[in-house]
Amino acid sequence: MKFILRIWRQDHAKGAGAFVRHEIDGISGDLSFLEMLDLLNEQLTVRGEAPVAFDSDCREGVCGMCSLVINGRPHGPNALTTTCQLYMRHFRDGDEITIEPWRARAFPVLRDLVVDRTAFDRILEAGGYVSVHSGPKPDPNSMPVEPEVAEEALDAATCIGCGACVAACPNGAAMLFTAAKVSHLGLLPQGQPERYVRVTRMVEQMEAEGFGGCTNLGECEGACPKGISIKFIGRMNRDYYRSVLKEPIDRRGRMGAQ
Amino acid sequence: MKLDAKVPPGPLREKWDAHVDSIRLVGPRNRPRYSVIVVGTGLAGAAAASSLGALGYQVECFCFQDSPRRAHSIAAQGGINASKGYRNDGDSVMRLFTDTIKGGDFRAREANVYRLAQLSMGIIDQAVAQGVPFAREYGGMLANRSFGGVLVERTFYCRGETGQQLLLGATSSLAKEIHEGHVRMHPRTEILDIVVVDGRARGIVVRDLVSGAISSYAADAVVLATGGYCNVFFLSTMAKGCNVTATYRAWRRGAGFANPCFTQIHPTAIPAGSEHQSKLTLMSESLRNDGRVWVPRKQGDKRPPAEIPEAERYYFLEERYPRFGNLVPRDVAARNAKEVCDKGLGVGATGYGVYLDFRDAIQRLGVKVIEARYHNLFEMYERITNEDPRKAPMRIYPAPHYAMGGLWVDYNLMTTIPGLYAIGEANFSDHGANRLGASALMQALADGYFILPVTIADYLSRNPSGEVKADHAEFKRAEAEVRERTKRLLSVNGKRTVLSFHRELGQLMLDKCGITRSRDGLEEALRKIPELRAQFWRDVKVPGGEGELNQSLEHAGRVADLLDFAELMCLDALTREESCGCHFREEHQTEEGETKRDDERFANVSVWEYQEGARPRLHQEPLAFEAVHLAQRNYKT
Ligand SMILES: Cc1cc2nc3c(=O)[nH]c(=O)nc-3n(C[C@H](O)[C@H](O)[C@H](O)COP(=O)(O)OP(=O)(O)OC[C@H]3O[C@@H](n4cnc5c(N)ncnc54)[C@H](O)[C@@H]3O)c2cc1C
Ligand code: SF4
Ligand code: FES
Repeated sequence: MKFILRIWRQDHAKGAGAFVRHEIDGISGDLSFLEMLDLLNEQLTVRGEAPVAFDSDCREGVCGMCSLVINGRPHGPNALTTTCQLYMRHFRDGDEITIEPWRARAFPVLRDLVVDRTAFDRILEAGGYVSVHSGPKPDPNSMPVEPEVAEEALDAATCIGCGACVAACPNGAAMLFTAAKVSHLGLLPQGQPERYVRVTRMVEQMEAEGFGGCTNLGECEGACPKGISIKFIGRMNRDYYRSVLKEPIDRRGRMGAQ
Repeated sequence: MKLDAKVPPGPLREKWDAHVDSIRLVGPRNRPRYSVIVVGTGLAGAAAASSLGALGYQVECFCFQDSPRRAHSIAAQGGINASKGYRNDGDSVMRLFTDTIKGGDFRAREANVYRLAQLSMGIIDQAVAQGVPFAREYGGMLANRSFGGVLVERTFYCRGETGQQLLLGATSSLAKEIHEGHVRMHPRTEILDIVVVDGRARGIVVRDLVSGAISSYAADAVVLATGGYCNVFFLSTMAKGCNVTATYRAWRRGAGFANPCFTQIHPTAIPAGSEHQSKLTLMSESLRNDGRVWVPRKQGDKRPPAEIPEAERYYFLEERYPRFGNLVPRDVAARNAKEVCDKGLGVGATGYGVYLDFRDAIQRLGVKVIEARYHNLFEMYERITNEDPRKAPMRIYPAPHYAMGGLWVDYNLMTTIPGLYAIGEANFSDHGANRLGASALMQALADGYFILPVTIADYLSRNPSGEVKADHAEFKRAEAEVRERTKRLLSVNGKRTVLSFHRELGQLMLDKCGITRSRDGLEEALRKIPELRAQFWRDVKVPGGEGELNQSLEHAGRVADLLDFAELMCLDALTREESCGCHFREEHQTEEGETKRDDERFANVSVWEYQEGARPRLHQEPLAFEAVHLAQRNYKT
């Protein structure tokens, strides 16, 4: 198969950037989208042109490293599929394909299709954990968890932190990602002691990073390769409001060693 | 090079506790004065960095991905072992230990393996405390599944995404330490050399993958948790970025490299299809619990699988290994699959594939139950192959998957360079010549959460902190070498892409140093690798510059190191004149075609020492088997 690719090219973070047209031929349907780009890069290299920079690592749909907005859709046309798991058999011979980086204020472009998503990590650092040190812990069976609860927590925890939800959102909001992380821990008994501190800190960090606000458009859910449900956003909001109603003083500092 | 494993005296069961009781510690007030570099944020690295940070050490942590939570560990599917004995099926620490020693075909150190089995239970407790949502039964208790090579159910899992959940647990603890200022995280940063001053590891040289800047970090100790090197085969189940650079560079600086030829070829991956394929996708071993492996009995039988009657199906694992059936260890399953395909019985377009069939399990349990067990694996298979494994059997074939070889470490996980530690897949492991399923996650986490944070104190406490700074002449020299190598890669300006060299190396290694090996093949590889390397340095084309985000340059550096390292692997495979576990030398097999060990000569670890401009020197660490008696593995009766 033959394809015409319109790819966003940008030399560095401060560069202007523009679409550049590339052509590629002889592509088999069993090739993945990223393998097609590998091949393009080999051809560009041999011709003495700069290859296209893009992120990927596991190529199995689980690390969340790959990105790309393909024909206007984050991770391309297939539902519940990351870019690395997208195959060329889903395109038609001769198609023109537009490839762009994630576009969001909080995800600046570093080069071509590579963006900086460290804002997500800072949201996690703000509170996305249960505060435990390494060392002896109680036996897990001393704290039974209903399988339905464990399953729902896992539904939220499957989020791969790719950022497609942000890229899909017209407001550039990071609600789905943050809600997935908040809900994963908030649903489990282990996550209860810090449930409200966690949601406050993570939501505040999310806002500080420059992600947009949520206006219930639901684009995020449609773009999410892991099928993270929008219901988690409602859950996060409820927890957030409850946390605001709770006593605002953080007593933690006073309990430390004196 | 002196190999002192530092195994503590005393009975096997008491060694670790006695060791912890007797080693030197660093007090809480002194810990903030000591700095530790941790390279890697997989299960081993994230666990170590977060544990060290929580103890109060200053930690500098590095990974090449854009976030620590994307490390390759995230791709682990099937599960993690622990000898909890929840099933009342006779499991125990001793049994996990024995299974691991036997599964590894008697090429691991007893004391380390026993400690691993002891610590396994605490890992599950730790992970659950962090919020890892392991599968639960209706009563709310943890669920288990069985894995290859054992007769008990001791594998804990989160659907088919156990690695992801464990890594999110470990990196969440890491995030907390970053937030609290105990760990400084450096993502998109690649280690390119280790700096040794006065015989001790003092720091590293790194390249910032965004700006291209090369700089140094000094610390009181350096921990490598950089994973395995199966990308030497190009097509493997590893993430694209996995590489040997950190451990190979450490080897060049004096760390012993142990058993480099011990690489595991996993029996169940989706077979390679097209010429431009970039990786192989694993189908978790857990599928062998319900899937039956078979090929047609007749050569070249092209009928669709459903039309092949029962009598004409060759369930080769069940027939040859009645006791373990489809759940034989990986090396055995992989070798048998290759053998039937070599005989012309293989299926699929290339003839290099065997069926993994769920028909009977679906008939027995219903499609719903099977679907619930393997949902995301089925989905992944369907997405890649466009075929539905609920309707037709999967086609699978072995794929390079795990490196048992790695930097040699003593009981404290220290390499032969004082102050340099290796943990997780990066060290030569507790898995001997063959790793059992679901044991890598266990080992990476035992190393990171429980062993290293304790043993490193013994080393740190013996030396003053902050002795050497990054402006030391040795750092400047190492940096200059790194810059020089980078310039060389960029200046060849030949005609071939880095990828084309990587593919060629991979094909060569798979042919000559893969599932089976022979003297002729290895000698041929040892002739061809230097030729390929020479061609690489003559004809590679690395576009772009040094001071920018340059993925071709990153790949070129990794391939250059793999080209060097491949030779060491072949040399090791050639020198080990026996078959054991995954190392199958055609010259050394029993009449039934099973591995034939030579315990007289090879009940040892091969440790290679780098020699400038000369052939690497071989040292051996003898292995004594006192708790488990040396015996030929038997998965038949
Ligand atoms: C597909 C698949 C499925 C698996 N399933 C299972 C399973 O079910 N059960 C099981 O027990 N095991 C499984 N394994 C094996 C297991 O996942 C790995 O052995 C284990 O995760 C290794 O962890 P690690 O922490 O040692 O290294 P890794 O997770 O590989 O982490 C390496 C880290 O080092 C960093 N790094 C590497 N090189 C450099 C460099 N040059 N510069 C800077 N940083 C660097 C990387 O950024 C990364 O953070 C599986 C493996 C694969 C491939
Ligand atoms: S919620 Fe979905 S789209 Fe958003 S980061 Fe997580 S996996 Fe990606
Ligand atoms: S490369 Fe890992 S999810 Fe796509």
